[in-house]
Amino acid sequence: MPYTPHTPQDVKKMLDVIGIKEECELFDGVPSELRVKSFNLDQGLSEFEVFDNFNKLSNKNDTSKVSFLGGGYYDHIIPSAVDALSMRSEFYTAYTPYQAEASQGTLQVLYEYQSMICELTGMEATNASMYDGGTAMAEAALMAIRIGRKRKKIIIDSGVNPIYIKITQTYLAFHDTEVIVLDAKSDKIDKQKLLDLIDESVACYIFQNPNFFGSIEDYSEIVDALHSVNALAIMSSYPIALGILKSAKEMNADIYCGDGQSLGNYLGFGGPSFGILACKEKYIRNLPGRIVGITDDSKGRRSFVLTLQAREQHIRRNKATSNICSNQNLMALRATIFMALLGKEGFSKLSNQNYNNANYLKNELEKLDNINIFNKNPIFNEFVIEIPISSSNFIDKMEKRNFFAGLKLDALYKNFNNRVLVSVTEKRTKAQMDKFLTCVKEIV
Amino acid sequence: MSFTIFEKSSKGRSGINIPKSSVSKIKRLDTNLLRDNKANLPEVSEFDVVRHYTKLSNKNFSIDANFYPLGSCTMKYNPKIQERVAGLDGFSNLHPNHITNNQTHLIQGALSSLKTLENTLCEITGMNAFTLTPQAGAHGEMVGIMMIGAYHKKKGNKKRYVIVPDSSHGTNPATASMVGYDVITVKSGLNGDMDLDAFKNAMSDEVAAVMMTVPNTLGLFNPEIKQICDIAHSYDALMYYDGANMNAILGVLRPGDIGFDVIHLNLHKTFATPHGGGGPGAGPVGVGKKLKEYLPDLRVDFNEKRGYFFKEVNQNSIGKISPFFGNYIVLIKSLVYMQTLGREGMINTSKKAVLNANYILAKLKTHLKAPFADTLCMHECVFSAEELTKKYGVRAMDIAKYLIDFGLHAPTVYFPLIIQEAIMIEPTETENIDTIDYFCKKMIDAVELAKLDSKAFKEFPKTLPISRPDETKAARNLNIRWKD
Repeated sequence: MPYTPHTPQDVKKMLDVIGIKEECELFDGVPSELRVKSFNLDQGLSEFEVFDNFNKLSNKNDTSKVSFLGGGYYDHIIPSAVDALSMRSEFYTAYTPYQAEASQGTLQVLYEYQSMICELTGMEATNASMYDGGTAMAEAALMAIRIGRKRKKIIIDSGVNPIYIKITQTYLAFHDTEVIVLDAKSDKIDKQKLLDLIDESVACYIFQNPNFFGSIEDYSEIVDALHSVNALAIMSSYPIALGILKSAKEMNADIYCGDGQSLGNYLGFGGPSFGILACKEKYIRNLPGRIVGITDDSKGRRSFVLTLQAREQHIRRNKATSNICSNQNLMALRATIFMALLGKEGFSKLSNQNYNNANYLKNELEKLDNINIFNKNPIFNEFVIEIPISSSNFIDKMEKRNFFAGLKLDALYKNFNNRVLVSVTEKRTKAQMDKFLTCVKEIV
Repeated sequence: MSFTIFEKSSKGRSGINIPKSSVSKIKRLDTNLLRDNKANLPEVSEFDVVRHYTKLSNKNFSIDANFYPLGSCTMKYNPKIQERVAGLDGFSNLHPNHITNNQTHLIQGALSSLKTLENTLCEITGMNAFTLTPQAGAHGEMVGIMMIGAYHKKKGNKKRYVIVPDSSHGTNPATASMVGYDVITVKSGLNGDMDLDAFKNAMSDEVAAVMMTVPNTLGLFNPEIKQICDIAHSYDALMYYDGANMNAILGVLRPGDIGFDVIHLNLHKTFATPHGGGGPGAGPVGVGKKLKEYLPDLRVDFNEKRGYFFKEVNQNSIGKISPFFGNYIVLIKSLVYMQTLGREGMINTSKKAVLNANYILAKLKTHLKAPFADTLCMHECVFSAEELTKKYGVRAMDIAKYLIDFGLHAPTVYFPLIIQEAIMIEPTETENIDTIDYFCKKMIDAVELAKLDSKAFKEFPKTLPISRPDETKAARNLNIRWKD
């Protein structure tokens, strides 16, 4: 049998020590009327047969086209060292680092991860990861509810990733809250509407910069208005954008959340990615999840340990800040290696390259007669085009020309027919973009 | 001293060449949109990064190098074929927004694997349908309790409480409270099972759900489980099965057959996907007929005409709980494992897991107090170091730290909470008798040392990079990020 090393002699010896004759007696405590009624599974296969099966499945997925598809998940470079290091089994087959002495590797990586995320976001505290950007946002909203005590109102901006909004709504449906999601009419914030809504009943306002349409805006005025009534500002973003854009701190946000796929993790059909959740230090006791700190050991040596565990489920049970236990440690590790490889200059350069590429394509598309650009604000590395044909038709025709042209927005918004979100990363070459332009011209 | 990557930084070093862009100059953004200073990430070469993190990896225990007798964690061997399959381009580079675009022709392989996994999990557990979207066990628990909440809401049931036994995982009560329920904790009887009379007293029309781990965290199978299900159902409370210990009963018992309404599985436990040092896991949730309409968004269906496609979301669905299919790559790895094992392999898995645990129980029970040693255990066994603590001042944690010095990861200690100085051991089926004998010998050595020289324990572990870090200081003088 695969993966069980017992020889018949081993089994006999073990049964003797236990004091029973047959293996089946091990389950004597399970009454016969409770035993399985059915267990119709296929026979086991060799790993080679299994590989062939999955190889065939893999070939039925299409990754062959030049991709301008983004919308929360992005086709970025992944340096070889990220794979090489994260594939070390000392990392990927380790358990959660509860035993500090046996886990200094993982713990130090997490400390460095936290440090880098704090550098990037400007926040003072962060945890060792959440599941993804959407659940990180939901947990951020729950934090705001705890901090705001009696405040029940949560305002979500129209520019927030609609999938994150849905996840947040699912989480909040089981709490006594009122969630107001602003209607997406343009790529800009509805400043007047927001200022009218902000009052003492508001726990938080959640915004995303750049927003789901790729547009960049300065939210400082709204954040000031929130703070004037002691409400919190939660900023979500795509971490690559933080290479050049205003950090959460500079926006004076109280909590930051985001998805870390773009930091050295594969698309993987959506997972595993990881969620980033960071905040001002004064809110750290409301932050869910694991946190790593530095201390000394019995001989005064620098040591890394899990800290502030009194917030967590294994200590506090029903009084914990969240039920989260397993997080996305290995993905946070990949992000740490990714950020270390890029470094201060590289990260900023990478971010700039995304900005330049996308704006080049946007400017060129804008010159075409039949294409409108939906974005009125400046964009980072995504933008929305308005086309004279249906978005499905456009995507299909571009696919035949070897492109994944973008995301159909009518799937996510009402009255967004003929609008497609186009994403351009540092991986797209000018030649690819020019070819894209040529094909668009043929179609529209 | 273990230096951080920040301390190895030197201005001007770089670990990467970013592809050059040849687009014409683009107008810069207004300064009010830009950050003032670059993020102060470390400046190191690729080789610096490789050496730094390779050295850090050497400071970890891992299942590939060490035995992890961690109770309730099922740290079994992770077959290498999983990684090879996960690295296939068609999985690793597949964009999830083809789902949003509903371009199902681009993702037939992925959707087919998801449907196969759902069918396989249904057969293993006896449940009616599965959602594959939860990303960890606790995430699955939350989805399960949310569906129960939605069920009661639709029926107009006024429910306030979730019942958990006092031996439950911390995630159970934390989950109940995250979904807005108050928790009633029912004590265990002398035999380690939830006390049936106490349970009956706690039951009322206001109970929404009863969360049970089967076998429980003491490694015991509760023969009254069917009766508990029936009692709960008579109040229209639903039965939640915490599948953390599923490894014990694969092919022996199916939660669906005995009346559980909802179950989560930890694929990173029972189905051998690597733990990743704390994740990613995957926590699919199975339901019986009562809860099917509440399953969260994104499910796959198949017919001859359309191939694999997305099911219409039921209007009673709790909504979205993950962006797409959760940790899809982890799901793939678990399916690889299931297909390698097959029916007989799975039945053999639980047999050998229980055999290994009972062998340890039999070997150690004459040396260390085992509160439930008069019956066989399931996949894990629990000991108490209480006597050693009282007589010699040696605690469960001391024994844990002793073992680490011999390359054995510590067992779970101080859990379950109901056993004083608990030491909880789950060997899993993938360890051979030689490793287990060595572990038992070291456990016995520790007990003997406690009697002879209890003070010696304060020194353990001696051979690792650090020993007994000061956790109080870590919480008091909080240092959770590098500051220059």
